[in-house]
Formats: sequence, C-alpha cells, structure tokens
Amino acid sequence: MTIARAASSRRSFLGHSYSLVGVVAALVILAWTLIAIFAPYIIPHSIGDIVDDDYFGPMRQGLWLGSDYLGRDMLSRVLMGARYTVGISLAAVSIACFSGVMLGMIAAVTGGWLDTCLSRFLDAMNSIPSKLFGLVVVAAVGSSIPALILTLAVIYIPGAYRFARALAVNINTMDFMTVARVRGESIAYLIGSEILPNIIRPVLADFGLRFVFIVLLLSGLSFLGLGLQPPLADWGALVRENIGALPFAAPAVIVPSLAIASLTISVNLLIDNLPQKIRDRDA
Amino acid sequence: MSNLVEVRNLKIEAKTDAGRLVEIIKDVSLDIADGEIVALIGESGSGKTTVALSLMGYARPGCRITGGEINVSGRNMAALSEKERAKSRGTDIAYVPQSAAAAFNPSSTIMEQVIEVTRIHKLMPPEQARKRAVELFKALSLPDPEGIGARYPHQVSGGQLQRLAAAMALISDPKLVIFDEPTTALDVTTQIDVLKAFKSVMRAGGVAGVYVSHDLAVVAQIADRIVVLKGGEVQETGTTAQILSAARHPYTRELLAAFEPKPRQAHADADAGTKPLLRIDNVTAGYGAVRADGLPVIRAVNSVSLVVEKGRNLGVIGESGCGKSTLARVIAGIHPAAAGDIVFDGRELERTARKRSQEQLREMQIVFQYADTALNPAKPVEDIISRPLAFYHRLDRQARSKRVDELLDMVRLPRTLRYRHPSELSGGQKQRVNFARALAAHPKLIICDEITSALDTVVASAVIELLKELQRELGLSYIFISHDLSVVEAICDEIMVMYNGERVELITPDKVKASTHPYSKLLFSSVPKLDPTWLDGLVRDPELVSRYGHR
Repeated sequence: MTIARAASSRRSFLGHSYSLVGVVAALVILAWTLIAIFAPYIIPHSIGDIVDDDYFGPMRQGLWLGSDYLGRDMLSRVLMGARYTVGISLAAVSIACFSGVMLGMIAAVTGGWLDTCLSRFLDAMNSIPSKLFGLVVVAAVGSSIPALILTLAVIYIPGAYRFARALAVNINTMDFMTVARVRGESIAYLIGSEILPNIIRPVLADFGLRFVFIVLLLSGLSFLGLGLQPPLADWGALVRENIGALPFAAPAVIVPSLAIASLTISVNLLIDNLPQKIRDRDA
Repeated sequence: MSNLVEVRNLKIEAKTDAGRLVEIIKDVSLDIADGEIVALIGESGSGKTTVALSLMGYARPGCRITGGEINVSGRNMAALSEKERAKSRGTDIAYVPQSAAAAFNPSSTIMEQVIEVTRIHKLMPPEQARKRAVELFKALSLPDPEGIGARYPHQVSGGQLQRLAAAMALISDPKLVIFDEPTTALDVTTQIDVLKAFKSVMRAGGVAGVYVSHDLAVVAQIADRIVVLKGGEVQETGTTAQILSAARHPYTRELLAAFEPKPRQAHADADAGTKPLLRIDNVTAGYGAVRADGLPVIRAVNSVSLVVEKGRNLGVIGESGCGKSTLARVIAGIHPAAAGDIVFDGRELERTARKRSQEQLREMQIVFQYADTALNPAKPVEDIISRPLAFYHRLDRQARSKRVDELLDMVRLPRTLRYRHPSELSGGQKQRVNFARALAAHPKLIICDEITSALDTVVASAVIELLKELQRELGLSYIFISHDLSVVEAICDEIMVMYNGERVELITPDKVKASTHPYSKLLFSSVPKLDPTWLDGLVRDPELVSRYGHR
C-alpha cells in the first residue's frame, strides 16, 4: 500500500496538501533569500576587512565561521556571497525561462517556418559547451555583473525553449485549441490564456531546476576565475579562493560548498514536493 | 458451493486526495453459474468495472476491498495473499480490456503475447501453446489463423485486435473471463463479427463470463443474465429476457426507454425551410503530398456535395475512417478543402477559417466528440462559456455573467457549476458545457461531431432531447455526424451515408428500412437490436460483408 503511505505523510492546509520535505526545503530557500536581501545589514565585518592575524582560522567567538586565506571574516563573505549567487542566478534564470517559454509557445502555436528556424537556431546554440561559451564572452567583454547575467541567460534559453515547446505542442493538438482557433483568436490569447495555464506547473518546476544549473554554472565560472572579480565573491569564488584550506580542513572551504549544496538540493526537493491542490469534489 | 462465482456483500472504498474515504461499491452480491455469461450494465461511474475487476481480487490504485466475500471456484479472492491471487489471474480468471490496442505491446509479435500467460504460469510447452493459439484464432474466425501470430499489433485492425485479446484470455482455459466493454470502441459492422466470435467461443468452451457494458442492445445478444448497477449498488438482477421485457426498476426502464424510437418533431415550418443555409459542392480534401492537379494523394473526402436548409438537420453517418469527421473539419475551415465550394448563408466561404470574417466564424460553430479535450482543463466553466461572449459580442463583465447563467439554464445545468473546472464534471455535464460554449456565439449552424458517442445511452438521449428543444427555441440547424444510426435517426431530417470518403446515399429517416445502396443496407442492418435472438438470427449477405466489411 505505497499510495496510502505516501498520502499519510502529506498534510493539508488551505486546500493544499504539503509534504514535510517540501516545507523544510522551502524554509531553507526562504532563509537564503532573506539573507541575500538583508546581507549588508547583518554582516558583522565588511567583506574586505582583514580581521584575523592568521589565515584559515578556525571557528571561534567573533569569527563564527573562521577566516579565509587573507584572514577576512568568512561569515560576512558567505552571507554577502548569497546575495551574488542568488541574485545573479535568479536574474539569469528569469530571463532565460521567460524568453525560452515565450518563444517555445509561439513556435508551437505558429508552426511552419518560424518554428523550424527558431528550433534549428536554438539547437545550434545548445550545441556550444556552456563553460566554453562563458569563457569566450568573458574574454571578449570582460566580467561584469550584467554581462554575467546575460551570458548565463543566453546559455539556458535553448533548454527552456525546448522544454516549453515540447509541452505546448501537446496542448496545441487538443480540441480546445482548435475551437479557439476557429473562433478567430489571436496568438497572444492562444498562448497566454489557453496554453500557459496548462503548462505552468512543469514550467515552474523547470524554472527551479534551471536555477540550480545556473547556480552551479556560476559557481563553476567563478571557480575558474571568470565570474565575479575580487573583492566581491559569490560562493563559487569563495570555494576557489580558499581551495588551499582543503589540507587543513578549515571551514573557509567547507562552508561555501555547503551553502551551494544546501541551496541547490533544497530547490530540487521543493520542486519534487510542490504543494498539491486538493480537488476533492464533495469535501 | 453451487456457483462458480459467489460475491457476497462486497464493499470497496476509495480514498480521495483529501484523505476522505468514499464507499464506491456498497453491498453488492451476485452469482455466476458455470458457463453462464452475466452482464454488468450501468452508466459510467456506476462501479461496473470496479466490481468486475474485484473478481480477480484486484482494486485499482487508491481503492481497497473493505468488506464482503468474493468466492471464485471456492476461494475467497478478497482474503488471498497477493501471490495467491497472481497465480489465479490468467489461469482461472482472465481479462479482456476495453482497448485492446492499448493492451498489446507494440514491440513484440502477437503470438508472443498471446502465449505469454502459458509461459508465466508454466501451463504448457510453447509448441503446444502455439497450436492452441492457432485453434483459438480459427474459432474466433480471424483471417489467416496460421500467419496472424507473426504480425505486430499495428498490422491488424481494431476488431481483429479485440478478438486476439480474447484469444490471449482464453489460451489458458480459464473458468471465468471478464470482458470490459470490449466492443465499445468498434464500428457497428465490426462489432457484429467480434460479438459473434465471442459468443461462439464462450459457448463452445462452456466458459463463464462477465460482460461489462453500457450498451443494453449489445448485452442482450451475449448475456444470459443482466445485473443493473447504479451508484455502486445492484438495482436489478434478472435473466436477459426478464430485464428486457419486464424491467421493474425505474433506472432499468430509463435505460430501455433510451432505445425506443422517439417520435420525431414535426416541422411546422416545412415550407419555410427551403432556403439553403449551407451548400457545399464537390468538396475534396485529404492528407499527404499535393499532386500536379492540386489534389492531395490521400483523399479523405472525395467530391462530396450537400445542402443544409434553414432550421433543418442533416445527419452524416458512416464507419470510422469514412471521412465524416474530415468533412466536418473542412466545413468549419479547420482542414482546408483542396477543391470545391462552400456557400454559407448566400455567401461563398474561404476555405481556411483564418481568412473568414469574424461574423462568418460566429455563425458556424463546431462541437467536438471528446468534451475532455475540447474544454481547457485549466479554466473554470464560466471562463470557458463567457469567452465567446467577450470575443464576438463584446459584452462587459456583468452582462457576461448574466448570460452565462442563462446559457447554463439553457443546457439544463445548475448555475453553481460555473465555478467548477472541467475535471470536476461528469461526461454528460462536460458535453453540455461544450455545447453551451457553441450556443454562446449565437450561431446559425452547429456542426456536432460525434457528440454523443462518448456518453452513456441514457445521458446521450438526454443530450439529444436537449438539442431538439434548443432547435425549437433558437431556430438552429445542425449537421450531426455520428456512427450511431439511432442518434441520427432521432434528430435529423435527412441522412447522408458516407463510405470511403464518398457520399453513398441520401435518405430520409423514415426510409432507412428501404435504403437502396448495398453499403447502407449493411450498415443499417448491423445496428444491434434489443431482441436477444437478433444476433443469432442475423443473416448478412456474405458478398456485401466481404466488399464493405473490410475488417
């Protein structure tokens, strides 16, 4: 009776049923978001200040997460890093998903040559390795936050497009689409009112998944030194800066890694455990 | 234990997503003797399939057998362990699903799948199983019994596949076979062959059967006894003759009444109805590459002409694949015609809907067969119905809301339904919403593409009655496309018979018995009658069957 067990581990609230894992994941994400917003007001030290005599200092009072390779406060740097990691990734994933999903729905509804051209072009984009693409762009225009956001967005548009198009093509074959077409509806109405409400859930799930990819890619780029430039640092950059701490097992390298892991895993878990609306007719 | 199957006080519960328990089968008891065929009949949601499946000790996901006994050849299926049950499934009890097309694995041959059960239960060596299968193919009058097993499921027709599914069930000599609406998806001409094959095999083998169906006429041909279910309870049980001639329960009577030929409405304005509303001349349409002469390679509709007069109804009838749905799509401009003219209300129409004016689109509405896919599942009923009001009539919010109420009244739905989503409606309710949306446009012509074929008989006849009433009130015309003669007869002034993309004959309903074209004769004679002796007494011209009954 797997079904019965799965059902009993969910609880209901406000007409939706939740699972415990999803709630915990949502709380972790919420915490990181709050930190990203309020980081400048809660950090104990400025991120550039050298506050420790030693490098890779251990956790102790005043320096709760130890110090980094220059003796700067790790707690402040991780909290501020949340700001860059979450902010840049969120901006990039929003652009990527919005443009990808829009183009995907338009391609599915219109069909014909527009669909073919868009699909082939974005497939070609998709075939460029993402790290390499980032490397080339950073080499060409330098590393700034807007450039990073745009690069990350462009890298993930083809995936979002493919995903949305595949979903929209299925909806497009439904009779209610034919009915709307024969009614004489415009493309804007077709994609906004008929298709989007039917694909919004998987699209949101995809949004979350893509957010995770972007966090990891951004961290990867930063680790290679192509992301944010010092003294600013996102979590990926923090790992790279403090990679020398590995032999000492200092918190400087462990904490940012844990931060990346906690955010990405939480987003994944939340997507898998989104609240479900209860559609019990007579209850 | 005198009977093969004895079900006593069966209770099955389902759990909703809110965790609430709903009793879907309430205290059902029934008996099946050796070699007897019992039909479970009822509307959708009456629990007939649930009861049938419970005979194998199986409850669908989310359901649980909570009480009662299910004794099949002396063993209580409800109390057995899952392992024990699995042993009896396929050997003692076999199952023939509704859609054989979905039940076969497309990637292995038919023979492999038919004899699979003998391999799983180690009943006989494969060689013997194959021989037995070929015997069954012969008994089920399948063409090429020696060679058909080597084919893949997509290489045989729907009717043949359904018989092959029966062969799969019968190969292990079960004591009981459960048929779950096995002919519902088939054409009438095909249905007869399948029914005949089932009947002869079951009788020859002395196998007991449970036949689940909502079609009383089909059941009358094959069942010894009928159990009428509604809302998870047995309403009435009796021999087929008893139920058909002396039904006591009101619900059974309602089912029977749905079969009776209805008095057709007399046209008071018979003279006024001479102005053609729609005329199509030599329309050809199809699929595939376009040839040099501008016509497609595969022609689904071949040079068809028809006229619909104002306030009159035209029925289009034919088996699946005859081009009747394509014709509807051509008229509506969904599938542009390759040749021919469409004249609507005195003006020539463009072939594609995109090029037609909004007014022309408004005046001709199309209602599709499957209300499930024709209604956007993400929108509440009121949004669905009010969209044409906003789009064509530019009504403001208040006027729309008032009109939605009126339209819901018109299609006899409670006003409170407007906040529901389509998934929360029954099949008949969905089809009414589907129809209300077409009415919202205030059209002159409504094309109904098989709108009753997904509905139960009782619900379908209620929908037909509704259409007639609305016609009287609103002066509509219908083009009624269906494979079901009784539906078309009930509502249409003229019937066009289509075969293989061509118009075969145009007749009036009162002359159906005297149709002249051989295909119409075959089609009309294939519609099952309530008379239990009909199938056995049916004599069909073998030449006709081989010419037109190509399945």
